Amino acid sequence: MKTEDIKVCVLRVGGTNCDYETARAFKELGTQAEIKHINELAKHGDLLNYNILVLPGGFSFGDYVRSGVIFARSLNAKLGKQMKQFIDENRPILGICNGFQILVEYGLLPGFDGTDPYSQATLTTNNPQGFKCNWVYLKNENKGNCLFTNKIPQNKILKIPIAHGEGRFLFPVEKEKQYLEKLVDNDMLVFRYCDENGTPANGAYPINPNGAYHDIAGICNKEGTIFGLMPHPERAMYWWQEPDWTSKTHTTPYGDGKLLFENIITNVNKTQ
Amino acid sequence: MTNIYIQRATANNVLEVALANATDTELVEINRELALGLSFDELKTVQTYFKNENRNPSDVELQTISQTWSEHCCHKTFRGKILFDGKEINSLFKTYISKVTKEINAPWCFSVFEDNAGIVKFDKGYGIAAKVETHNHPSAVEPFGGAATGVGGVIRDILGVWANPIACTDVLGFGPLDFDYNKIPAGIKHPKYVYRGVTAGISAYGNNMGIPTVNGAIYFDESYTGNVTVFCGCIGLLPLNKYIKNAKAGDYIVMAGGKTGRDGIHGVTFASAELTEKSEEISRPAVQIANPIEEEKLKRAIIIIRDRQLASATTDLGGGGLSSGVGETAERYGCGVTVELSKVPLKHQGLAPWEIYISESQERQLFAVPPENLAAALAVFEQEEVQATAIGRLTQERRLKLTYQNVTVADLDMTFLFNTGTTTKTATFTPSTFSEPEFAEPEDLTQILLQLLAAPNIASKESVVRTYDHEVKGNTILKPFQGKYAGPNDAAVLKPLDDSWKGLTVSCGMNPNYGKIDPYWMAASAIDEAIRNNLAVGGRRIALLDNFAWGNPEKTERLGSLVRACQACYDITKTYRTPFISGKDSLYNESPMGPVTPTLLITAVGVVPDIRSTVSMELKTPENLLYILGNTYPEMGGSEYYNLKGYLGASIPKLQPTKARKNYYNLTKAIDYGLVKSCHDLSEGGLAIAAAEMSLAGNIGMTLDLKAVPNNKTITRNDAILFSESNSRFLIEISPKDRYDFEALMKNGCTLIGEVTDTKKLQIHGLNSKLLIDTDLSNLRATWKRTLNAEA
Repeated sequence: MKTEDIKVCVLRVGGTNCDYETARAFKELGTQAEIKHINELAKHGDLLNYNILVLPGGFSFGDYVRSGVIFARSLNAKLGKQMKQFIDENRPILGICNGFQILVEYGLLPGFDGTDPYSQATLTTNNPQGFKCNWVYLKNENKGNCLFTNKIPQNKILKIPIAHGEGRFLFPVEKEKQYLEKLVDNDMLVFRYCDENGTPANGAYPINPNGAYHDIAGICNKEGTIFGLMPHPERAMYWWQEPDWTSKTHTTPYGDGKLLFENIITNVNKTQ
Repeated sequence: MTNIYIQRATANNVLEVALANATDTELVEINRELALGLSFDELKTVQTYFKNENRNPSDVELQTISQTWSEHCCHKTFRGKILFDGKEINSLFKTYISKVTKEINAPWCFSVFEDNAGIVKFDKGYGIAAKVETHNHPSAVEPFGGAATGVGGVIRDILGVWANPIACTDVLGFGPLDFDYNKIPAGIKHPKYVYRGVTAGISAYGNNMGIPTVNGAIYFDESYTGNVTVFCGCIGLLPLNKYIKNAKAGDYIVMAGGKTGRDGIHGVTFASAELTEKSEEISRPAVQIANPIEEEKLKRAIIIIRDRQLASATTDLGGGGLSSGVGETAERYGCGVTVELSKVPLKHQGLAPWEIYISESQERQLFAVPPENLAAALAVFEQEEVQATAIGRLTQERRLKLTYQNVTVADLDMTFLFNTGTTTKTATFTPSTFSEPEFAEPEDLTQILLQLLAAPNIASKESVVRTYDHEVKGNTILKPFQGKYAGPNDAAVLKPLDDSWKGLTVSCGMNPNYGKIDPYWMAASAIDEAIRNNLAVGGRRIALLDNFAWGNPEKTERLGSLVRACQACYDITKTYRTPFISGKDSLYNESPMGPVTPTLLITAVGVVPDIRSTVSMELKTPENLLYILGNTYPEMGGSEYYNLKGYLGASIPKLQPTKARKNYYNLTKAIDYGLVKSCHDLSEGGLAIAAAEMSLAGNIGMTLDLKAVPNNKTITRNDAILFSESNSRFLIEISPKDRYDFEALMKNGCTLIGEVTDTKKLQIHGLNSKLLIDTDLSNLRATWKRTLNAEA
């Protein structure tokens, strides 16, 4: 499939607020990206017209209860059938920040057994507590399963910003070792917080900005088609978005976030 | 009290007030009982009006008049007459503020002082809208809610000019965080509680709405203990050809967004009085409840309606609620209006019609919609899940007619309602009599530098600023912190348009401590600082916003200092050719602990032709040369240095705008030629602090020589050169190869005072050539970051 034929749906509800820049990143790379309100899609549209679904960042429905839970329920209620087909056909889904929270609440991530009726992980209140906007380093630990990172060299370090108050990835304590093994064995672990040299944070703040278990910043499903991460790659798309561009002598046109968007487009290029 | 109200025959929860034939004592009683906040003269005017109409007013009518005539809504002080120094000033606003804008008559000013926000032209047919509001009293009573709704309110002001909000700014003034708990009077909250609540409220609203908070400042001053100062600003982007304001008789009045409740009753009258011990108890209902997601949805709907040109006008429902929005809309378009109050969607039953009409419940916006577009407009709201209701229509007859369940509850002549009259106030000004302290120069100036870096007004605000999302929308080019080690920037730079490299520069200036010595030079300094900050990153074509936070203007001394500040606004900006485009005054900032220090916040909005030439403040390369722009004078009155030593002093920084303007012009040229590698303005803490900040941000050392610092031979002490806060100065980094070009361009306005080194040390040599300051950058950084991060 040619890049210019790829249709990306950036889905929003009340409170979604990173839709514009996320769609802009996809457009920059030559795909068609449309921002759609869930009501528009539910009334007139068809999710299956799109090749990639993106759940962007924000505070969907205010996130007054568990972040992302209402969007997840409403997505299931309004577009559940189309979602199932979309997933069954292995069409890629990306969840950024609030989008990651939605994918977890929907049961799609980690989704050890397909779509989990109850999520087996959570993204909870940061430790230390509070909203934090900062740049972090991520290490790509995926061995090639994830369709959003399989062209990025393993162990490559990416610099991308975070902005969240509830991004602490946790498994149930009694199962965390077992689930982590599953995550690694199925090559579902994608990004971990690390320092600029690639040494994992091992839970230490601020390198791990939220206290996430095993420094987990992003994971994918078993098939590698559904990917969620707390950091915002759309805010690391261009060089001028980087925090230290004023101190650099040679700037590349793009930031590290571009790698993820490019990666998935290349993979969709290979499909019919 | 029984004789005040008269129950009308119709049972619609409206009371008639026995005003027409009331005695003077009864008038005062009515004023108090209904919390109208009117002056005695105004009460008489109202009485005369109803006598002529041969009837008593309803409570709805009286509340409408009270709201329309409140200081908060009609700015009696700024628009009224003032007797000062033997002369009559006919409107401070016209004489000093809008006059500059008129005289400069800049072709890029699109709409100034007439709408909810000022608008300047930007690029490719787009304009930039800017507005800054205060939300002091609500934040004093309920810090989180007060600050959050302050942000929400100013965002709606931007929506009110059809602009899409793209950035927020926040400047805050608190009492010292270590204020003695035992000295806090009843009814006043400890600064630490207020600090946490206010910053959390700002973060909650801006983050939730997805608007980056890109610029601001936090000041600590004892005078803010009883009366916190919260300035909330918002910047918006709009296609100028979609700026539609042409409502006419027959158009529907549509309100959209949140429901109306009892929160925010009498907010404007509350804002126009001093805080008292009982404010908490009495005025809690005046503080609104924030729901940012409602406003996020509203924003989406507004942008769609704008783009499809479905409405003929819009305005936000903020202070004064429907009363302000409906009345002002009708007045602006020369119409009258009818509104059926029972159509207003309510949060809960039981609101009296007057409460519905003046409630300041949040996240509500008013539109005028031509009949042929009504269905389409309502459909847009429905898709965005925003409740919208047509509640009335504009009429040709110039009367404000309110009905409730089809019974008339108010019927007022528009001309009477908006003929708010002018007041005459008296102002006096006596120059302060502070004296300059005498003390020996401290031995260890390195230690003083470290103490200053740790002083709350200078210390890193990172623990607060990182709780604000400053990157959402992905267009923040110059962020609040710069360099690998997060030094403090001078101004934020945004890239608002995808297909243009043109940037928007946003900065601020405020010097509350100077206000205690001399309001004139305080205001001059705030203007200069805001402009300096903007210039430092490459900004030019600067528009200003003025926000006054002052004490009670009924007190002649307070008003006199306000007049002096306004005079400075005129004098300085006239020379700088920087027009004011919007502003707001917040008066009556007094509590049992006294008035706030005279405070003027200046917000500066400029442009940079190409964001790729933006200059940041962190040092770049060892062996580069360091120049100082401007002269240093022994001006330490109100400085952070004196403050540290426990003095206020008298030698407040002054300003020579004609000279400064030439230097500024040359600096901008040097930036455009790419000669400036880094640049930082000299403000609180003077040269030493600016040098420390540039070094610690880039983790690159420097050496400076105080002997080289030009001071017109006015200074003989090292500490004065290091810490004087003289205006109009910058520290600038230049590559050695550009030395001669730079010096030629600056026409000797700049002096070489040091160089960037490849050590990790800040070293400053004194007047006797001895090494005065010698410290590791890691030490500077740790000291600078410690103070407020420990508070988090």
